[in-house]
Amino acid sequence: MRSLWPSIEPLLDRVSKPARYIGGEQGAQVPEHGPGKVSWLLVYPDTYEIGLPNQGLQILYELLNERPDALAERSYAPWVDMEEAMRLAGIPLFSLENHLAATEFDLLAFNLSAELVYTNVLNLIDLAGLEIRSSARRAEDPLVIAGGHCAFNAEPLADFVDAFVLGDGEEVVGDITEVVGSWLAGGHAERAEALEALASIEGVYVPALYTMGAKGVALGGVFPASRAAPGEVLKRTITDLGAWPYPKRQLVPLTEVVHDRLNVEVFRGCTRGCRFCQAGMVTRPVRERPGEQVKEMIRSGLERTGYDDVALTSLSTADFSSIEDTVAAVMGGECGDQPVSVSLPSLRVDAFTVATATEIARVRRTGLTFAPEGGTWRMRRVMNKLITEEDLYGAVDAAFSNGWRRIKLYFLIGLPTERDEDVVAIAELARRCVEIGRRYHRSPTVVASVGGFVPKPQTPFQWCRQDSPAELRHKIALLRDASRGVKGLSLRWHDPEASAVEGLASRGDRRLGAVIERVWRAGGTFQEWSERFDLAKWEEALSAEGLSLEEVALRARDEDEALPWDHLSAGLHRDFLWSDLQDALAAVAVEDCRWTPCYDCGACTDAGLEHVVASNVPPAGGSQGTGQDLAAADRVPVRFLGRAGAR
Amino acid sequence: MSTADRLRIRFSKLGKVRFTSHRDVARMWERALRRTGLPVATSMGFNPRPLLAFGLALPTGAESLAEYLDVTLGATDRRWNDPVALGLLATSLSEALPEGIDVVAAATISGSVDSLQQEVTLCSWDLEVRGVTASELARRVEQLLAAPSVSVQRERKGRTFDDDLRPAVRSLSLSQPPEPGSGDAPTWFRAELATRPRGVRPRELAEALGTDVVLTRARRTQQWIERDGTRWEPLNVEHRVGAGIAPHAVERAS
Repeated sequence: MRSLWPSIEPLLDRVSKPARYIGGEQGAQVPEHGPGKVSWLLVYPDTYEIGLPNQGLQILYELLNERPDALAERSYAPWVDMEEAMRLAGIPLFSLENHLAATEFDLLAFNLSAELVYTNVLNLIDLAGLEIRSSARRAEDPLVIAGGHCAFNAEPLADFVDAFVLGDGEEVVGDITEVVGSWLAGGHAERAEALEALASIEGVYVPALYTMGAKGVALGGVFPASRAAPGEVLKRTITDLGAWPYPKRQLVPLTEVVHDRLNVEVFRGCTRGCRFCQAGMVTRPVRERPGEQVKEMIRSGLERTGYDDVALTSLSTADFSSIEDTVAAVMGGECGDQPVSVSLPSLRVDAFTVATATEIARVRRTGLTFAPEGGTWRMRRVMNKLITEEDLYGAVDAAFSNGWRRIKLYFLIGLPTERDEDVVAIAELARRCVEIGRRYHRSPTVVASVGGFVPKPQTPFQWCRQDSPAELRHKIALLRDASRGVKGLSLRWHDPEASAVEGLASRGDRRLGAVIERVWRAGGTFQEWSERFDLAKWEEALSAEGLSLEEVALRARDEDEALPWDHLSAGLHRDFLWSDLQDALAAVAVEDCRWTPCYDCGACTDAGLEHVVASNVPPAGGSQGTGQDLAAADRVPVRFLGRAGAR
Repeated sequence: MSTADRLRIRFSKLGKVRFTSHRDVARMWERALRRTGLPVATSMGFNPRPLLAFGLALPTGAESLAEYLDVTLGATDRRWNDPVALGLLATSLSEALPEGIDVVAAATISGSVDSLQQEVTLCSWDLEVRGVTASELARRVEQLLAAPSVSVQRERKGRTFDDDLRPAVRSLSLSQPPEPGSGDAPTWFRAELATRPRGVRPRELAEALGTDVVLTRARRTQQWIERDGTRWEPLNVEHRVGAGIAPHAVERAS
């Protein structure tokens, strides 16, 4: 074991933001390597400032280092200038704790939170000094594994990654440690042995033990090719979030990163049932953390880190049963005697939520963000984002009247059944929000931020067509026309070409691996960074492999067609997803199953689980489809839109 | 504001942490002060921040034995006139700060003392260079000192222009007399560089000594306040007793 630090150090005077490569964060551990310890290098395939705050990686980092039979260090993708300097100096990918070469570890474990990082995964395997293709690696090489939401369609990376992990990582990393530990103790002669042993772990998918269907409806589907390969791999689910109060020692970086604050996860999973949302579908059921534990994690976290900002994280934090209690405790000084601000990402859209947001905005009220996602009630029924006109305008009115001056609204375009009038309605809705704002402020701002819909595996929309970049550009042009001349309304949109490539990686099958490899060889790393993104590289690679954007990303899938992720299960029944899609196409909405009868999606029942919520009544406000008269939901309430004098 | 007492803290920045920026260090201090619970005054307005005033920015990558920070206290606190209490505070701050950043001295100063930015006019540096032999470096140092002006190219707002750095170089000498045959071993030299009217960065000085001179380590060893022909270390402005320099700090982080 040799520290590479003496050769890394001279490079750091010449690269941008060198603090990204030094480690030494508060909470960082410096594990001792030795026999009997399975060593993990946890790799985030994006820059340090994006990857460091990742809570999933931090949780596994602590859990592994607590075990007597394991240790974990971390690595992030070096930025282009550093990578160039490393390759010139012959320095491989290294860990931040002991500055060891990646090949000194038994496992390289990648966190896959976004599809556009796939070329970085290949680049980092290569920078580690390994063959990028799994089949070309030797028994003495580290095993390369990956987890995270993107693992629910593993096929685009199937040729490069030895094993994928589905679902919650807390328990499965222990199982993997034990299996790899005994393989290493047995002399680790055959790589195939390790792969078969890994495949025996629940929630672990080993692509080398499967083949891809070659033609007809089976094309792109994946089928077992070994007795060691289960027909279906079901995700892992921890039943009690309260048993896992991690991270206990959140990393405090020495340099600037995104989300630089204390993060406390208040629940995992979401059953709002937004049909486009992969995160909500694959993390079911809802498992809340006990309110007292949340408070204790905030208190000890603030004391230990010195942060003055805490984010209560989840997919919809206003739905947390103990939200009011928690906010009151923090604001009332129960979690520490110094002033603290609270961030609530993923707000629900209603006046109640605004009241909570106003309460915690101690000082500055700049902007508040809502995600109505659709411009018409019909579209919101299609995607099951059940925000009534009354709730939306009520939330906006409450926000502006409580002193907020800037409202940001998120929308999706390109959804199934969408017509031009649905798109134009986004501008109309945003314009009405500006009008509401004018009652309270001279120059209110409404930012409408528009993203292109990408159908995601394991969602009801997994069969749907994706708009081409040209179609999305047409819709953006409609929106620009419709919002022209509206003072205070500003329109922003996501690059349609990046959405197209995200679609490739989202629904691609095993054949996409060769495309990813070509893009990487052409220098296409950091594709999620707009200044580095290059659609031309992807189109060239696709055509060189005899594929097209239309075939891999855009086209709708048939009901009887094999999907590349059919053998990977988030617990959701295929017929539930299909019938939910039929409901969507008929604009039929379903309510949140936390508080209403079960739709038998499969996430709870098959795993013998139940939702873990402290309260079995819907949250105050009762918005977003719960306990509301949905028949009247598209009526625009007069009190919000009448003349100012009519109030 | 002017009646509130301030604490002036001297700290070191050594080892890996030297690759963090001036802004990074400011954030480390904000968190460390909150962890120790020292009552710090905050600014007024929409977004209250703790009232901390740092001296001259240290270039990212440079080390220092003499960084300074003025902390405006939330209230006048007699406690900090006691050297023992100050020593304990210094220890707990060092513990709350990342490895390589250590408090080496602290003292109270009154609200009327001018800011570090205004007062500090000179810095002492230890610089390590490679690329030329020690005797060659000694020759170039003499050349530079003998020159009436030394032109360097500077960039500001996208435009390059020539600037004379000679007036800012107060002294320059090798740390040890050159030994013959030392080959391409690194050479340490000392420099005293003025901060006004236009400060000189160690990298610019190395460039002025020749394009083949590579600066491999820079360590600020002192900052000076000059008054009436005398130099003062910023912490001794009022001759208050500080916590004393912790000699282990240098070894621990280097």
